[in-house]
Amino acid sequence: MHIGRGGMSAILDVRDLRVTFRVGSITQRRDILGVAGVSFEVNPGETFALVGESGSGKTTLARAVNGLQEISSGSVTFEGNRIDTLDTRSMKPVRRRMSMMFQDPVGSLSPRMKVGDLVTEPFRIHGVADVNLREETRRLLSLVGLPADFAERYPHQLSGGQARRVGVARAVALNPAMIIADEPTAGLDVSVQGEVLNLLNDLRERMGLAMVIITHNLHVVHHVADRMAVMYLGRFVETGDTEEIFQAPAHPYTAALLSANPEPDPDKAHDRIMLPAEVPSLLARPPGCEFHTRCPWAQSKCSTEPPAIVERDERRIACHFPLDPGARPPEQKGAA
Amino acid sequence: MFAAASEDRRQWLKPLVRILREPLGALGIALVILMVGGAALADFLSAFEPNKISPRDRFQGPSLTHLLGTDQLGRDLFSRVLHGGRIALSVALFATAASLIIGIVLGLIAGYGPRWLDNLMILLFDSIKSFPTVMLALALVTLFGPSLTAVVVVVVLVNVPGYARIIRTQTLALKTSEFVTAAQSMGASTARILRHHIMPNVIGPLLILASMDIPVVIAIEAGMSFLGLGVRPPTPSWGAILNDGFTAIRDTPWIAIAGGLPIILTTLGFTFLGETLRDVFDPRLKARG
Repeated sequence: MHIGRGGMSAILDVRDLRVTFRVGSITQRRDILGVAGVSFEVNPGETFALVGESGSGKTTLARAVNGLQEISSGSVTFEGNRIDTLDTRSMKPVRRRMSMMFQDPVGSLSPRMKVGDLVTEPFRIHGVADVNLREETRRLLSLVGLPADFAERYPHQLSGGQARRVGVARAVALNPAMIIADEPTAGLDVSVQGEVLNLLNDLRERMGLAMVIITHNLHVVHHVADRMAVMYLGRFVETGDTEEIFQAPAHPYTAALLSANPEPDPDKAHDRIMLPAEVPSLLARPPGCEFHTRCPWAQSKCSTEPPAIVERDERRIACHFPLDPGARPPEQKGAA
Repeated sequence: MFAAASEDRRQWLKPLVRILREPLGALGIALVILMVGGAALADFLSAFEPNKISPRDRFQGPSLTHLLGTDQLGRDLFSRVLHGGRIALSVALFATAASLIIGIVLGLIAGYGPRWLDNLMILLFDSIKSFPTVMLALALVTLFGPSLTAVVVVVVLVNVPGYARIIRTQTLALKTSEFVTAAQSMGASTARILRHHIMPNVIGPLLILASMDIPVVIAIEAGMSFLGLGVRPPTPSWGAILNDGFTAIRDTPWIAIAGGLPIILTTLGFTFLGETLRDVFDPRLKARG
């Protein structure tokens, strides 16, 4: 269903996006790259997942797309218009079309506001006057499967799952074209995680929403995402169709991540690819391929030359030696 | 409908019940009601004009006619004390309300605004705070002359830096919280974020602190009037009565007692009430007291 990469039909088109943070004292000022040149596009009605460890820049990337974080270079195009150059005022109509959900289900709801006021706040912010707010509250609550009398509750009276549903109701209140969901399942029980994902999926189908889901939970990705991107140190190491990547990861990092994902079947052989060492500091990025310090397949070329993007069908891989399906790390071959 | 209304009333009554359950809180409320009631009903409780001079009756001791005696001009002290309560309480309420409003607005601006503005405002607050209250009062009165307005201005200047700092610190903490970021991502204006998302969450502790500051304000008014920097004679003020009695304290101590007693009782009452409020609603603040 994918229409040409970067084509005019993509709802969100991000090109070579960089975000720099300034750290240190006045005398020792340093810039660190939180997001180091990332490109991707999201098509209407599609779910795109950003996967990566903590600190890989997923949340920063989402905030940059949403205009909450200043970008240092690159472009963000949403529904055909560049939005990274807009000021707060001209950004406001865009915010109606692109809503964002934040990690903490309860913490992202204003603690002194009732649920009814929370879910209708978008109407008030955007001055939508021709609706009956009480009726909208009822509609939105039933849309996310909450009883109407929840409108009178305060966030601290909600469970994590209920608070997350309120967040979803608020995000879809003004019929957006796209939702960015930062860790939509964080802090929820597994059963509630499933309910929330099904709800998001259901709303996406019903409302024709595009979704960007940020997560480190691979089950979530497999469950909902059409396409995915794997982030490492602020870069995409592999982008492509979720099913294809899960079948045959081509970047060593992706392969290691997927092999670390616990399988529900206890009898299944669990041949995990172990990664040595820690994630390098953003202040000291390794030369060459930034993953070479931990890559079981690394060769001498990897430590000197940054890899170019390899395109394989619909896939983009940042690796000198993309893996063949089912490849095992050289020194672990016998042990598996 | 009725159920909801009575539930609202119960919600409203609950804190009051919790305060009355504490012995100090109950005593505080009783004293405050006594003083406020006395000031409000001053005209009915006393048969004498507070400023009526009657030289024949000067320096009379307490009696059934003059409950607290008379002063050096023969004015009825009971009546002057009740009317002085009006001045003390209205200055306390008005000055505290003004300090709260200004403190909240400045604190929100300092906490939410750009870093340089924050630094500038903190510098300003600290400079004002470094002046002793009396010096500040003297300087202002030298400039504008003694008046009730001068008292209010002094109180506001003394209170605002502290209030603004409290609001600023909490605002700074909430500025990056997820619900504020969420409001930004929905396109909410800064005014809306401050008014609906930050202010309701930072104002609670400040209201409690302000209630504990009311006795301080009353003492400032009395102190300034005692020094002749506050209300002008013959307006009755507790501090002015105290000053009247001060000159004749050896022969007629009741004048000074009439001026001092209400100051002690009112400050005690508000202090008990404020401390109970704090203990009941925000035990975290106890360290400051």
